[in-house]
Amino acid sequence: MADLSVKIAGVEFPNPVIAASGTYGNGECFTDLYPLSRLGGVSCKGMTIEPKMGNIPPRIAETPSGILNSVGLQNIGVHGFIDYYLPTLKEEGNVIIANVAGATIDDYIAAAEALDNTDVDMIELNISCPNVKAGGATWGVTCEGAASVTKAVRAATSKPLIVKLTPNVTNITEIAKAVEAEGADSISLINTLLGMRIDIRTKRPILHNNVGGLSGPAVFPVAVRMVWQCYNAVKIPIIGMGGISTWEDAVEMMLAGATAIQMGTAIFTDPWSPIKVIEGLNDYMDKNGIKSLSEITGQVKPY
Amino acid sequence: MSYYCDRYPIIEKKSISKDTFSMTIYAPEPAKAAHAGQFATISAPGFTLRRPISICEFSRSKGTLRFVFEVRGKGTEAISLLNPGDNLDVLAPLGNGFTVPDTARRVILVGGGIGVPPLLALAKKLGDRSTAILGFRDYSRIILADEFEKYGANTAICTDDGSVGYHGLVTEPLSNTLKNVGADLVCACGPMPMLNAIAKVCAENDVPCKVSMEQRMGCGVGACVVCSCLTVRNGQEYYSRVCKDGPVFDAKEVKFNG
Repeated sequence: MADLSVKIAGVEFPNPVIAASGTYGNGECFTDLYPLSRLGGVSCKGMTIEPKMGNIPPRIAETPSGILNSVGLQNIGVHGFIDYYLPTLKEEGNVIIANVAGATIDDYIAAAEALDNTDVDMIELNISCPNVKAGGATWGVTCEGAASVTKAVRAATSKPLIVKLTPNVTNITEIAKAVEAEGADSISLINTLLGMRIDIRTKRPILHNNVGGLSGPAVFPVAVRMVWQCYNAVKIPIIGMGGISTWEDAVEMMLAGATAIQMGTAIFTDPWSPIKVIEGLNDYMDKNGIKSLSEITGQVKPY
Repeated sequence: MSYYCDRYPIIEKKSISKDTFSMTIYAPEPAKAAHAGQFATISAPGFTLRRPISICEFSRSKGTLRFVFEVRGKGTEAISLLNPGDNLDVLAPLGNGFTVPDTARRVILVGGGIGVPPLLALAKKLGDRSTAILGFRDYSRIILADEFEKYGANTAICTDDGSVGYHGLVTEPLSNTLKNVGADLVCACGPMPMLNAIAKVCAENDVPCKVSMEQRMGCGVGACVVCSCLTVRNGQEYYSRVCKDGPVFDAKEVKFNG
């Protein structure tokens, strides 16, 4: 057995595979197949200080090698999460990441403060949700917005802070640098790419929200490119995600600059995929005599 | 309740009407855990999303699960091209099926089109306690009616064009049966407007009604919250998950136009 552990902002993950926010509930949904402790960590369903009802369905559409979603942050609120899900997560899981979203800076601050003295290991600041009208990505598309919300939340919590970036920007490295400067301990990327599908018979968009976030293997090369660009722009560790479905994808993402990875859409295709990736990484390390995954992070040899 | 996810051998495949296939797999663990009205998600080779397909029948003694599904798009077409000897990648059994109290002596099963299959497992369980009212577009679309009869269900067929059986919607024979004979429970599966109409007829006759809902689905196990169904409980409206909180709901809790 290889040592798959990785460390981000002082938090140790037994392996680098984290379930991505919005695809794994709050860790309770796949335990019929394997225990939560098999994963390095779980990024919980995006939460807001007050419960949110979410968008009108349909909320999902299939695309070539991917999906569009427009859930709209349906969640039971930060306090519901703390009371209802957190105790089990703490008992059964490894690293617990609370993904936090908001419409206003005060929303983000209130959520971060509520989570500060809990068993949550890290906060992932969601400034990149494309599916809600107020908030979410509106913070993540400008350096000023991203910096101001990062600064405010940094002051409101002592938890290690990951900022999740949106790819729907002209230059993601500028946003990455802006959140690093305001105290982010790590960045995770990419959130979904804004997309649209239309039913040609009804002339209606498939999603009731008209537009939604694209994820899955289709976005993988975009994610690799952006992780690589950010790796060259910031010093804080990067959690890479976007279309990873095999261990080879995970290695590729790490070569581009990721310290750990998140998986989401692949779990819908094959619920065993995170386990297969962990096992594949283990074999890869054994076969290549790799002692620590840090040996491969950022080791792409660009032309 | 627990579910499994594995590759299970296909042991039988039949085309049973235009674009509709019956596929049986050997899957002892899911078969043991399954209940009528539950569903599976089946991996469609080459596609990102698994296809939710209702469990038509299961046999605990034989260790089999049977699916009857319609080819609606390229994904279900890819599944339909698999054959005995191939494996089917199945996540099952999922969701809450139909719960029928032991005291229910007369249960009416109302199915429309490709909503008919999940009711067959219920007919198998209930035998002559069940009455089936099955609606189809026309004679060429009729499926499984003989099998409902085989299990002892008093079976009526309705067609939209009158080519077989009652000419018209399932709600008229349902309404007549409820008025003339009565029922302890109605279990329904089919298109949304049909379910809405059935729920109304049941409410008028003060008969409990369970409906199996459908929505575009992601994970199938309650994680991603995409397959929403607007429901109301204690005066509070909220989006339930068809995959995890359903697919079978009490009709009174469903906001059909939501």
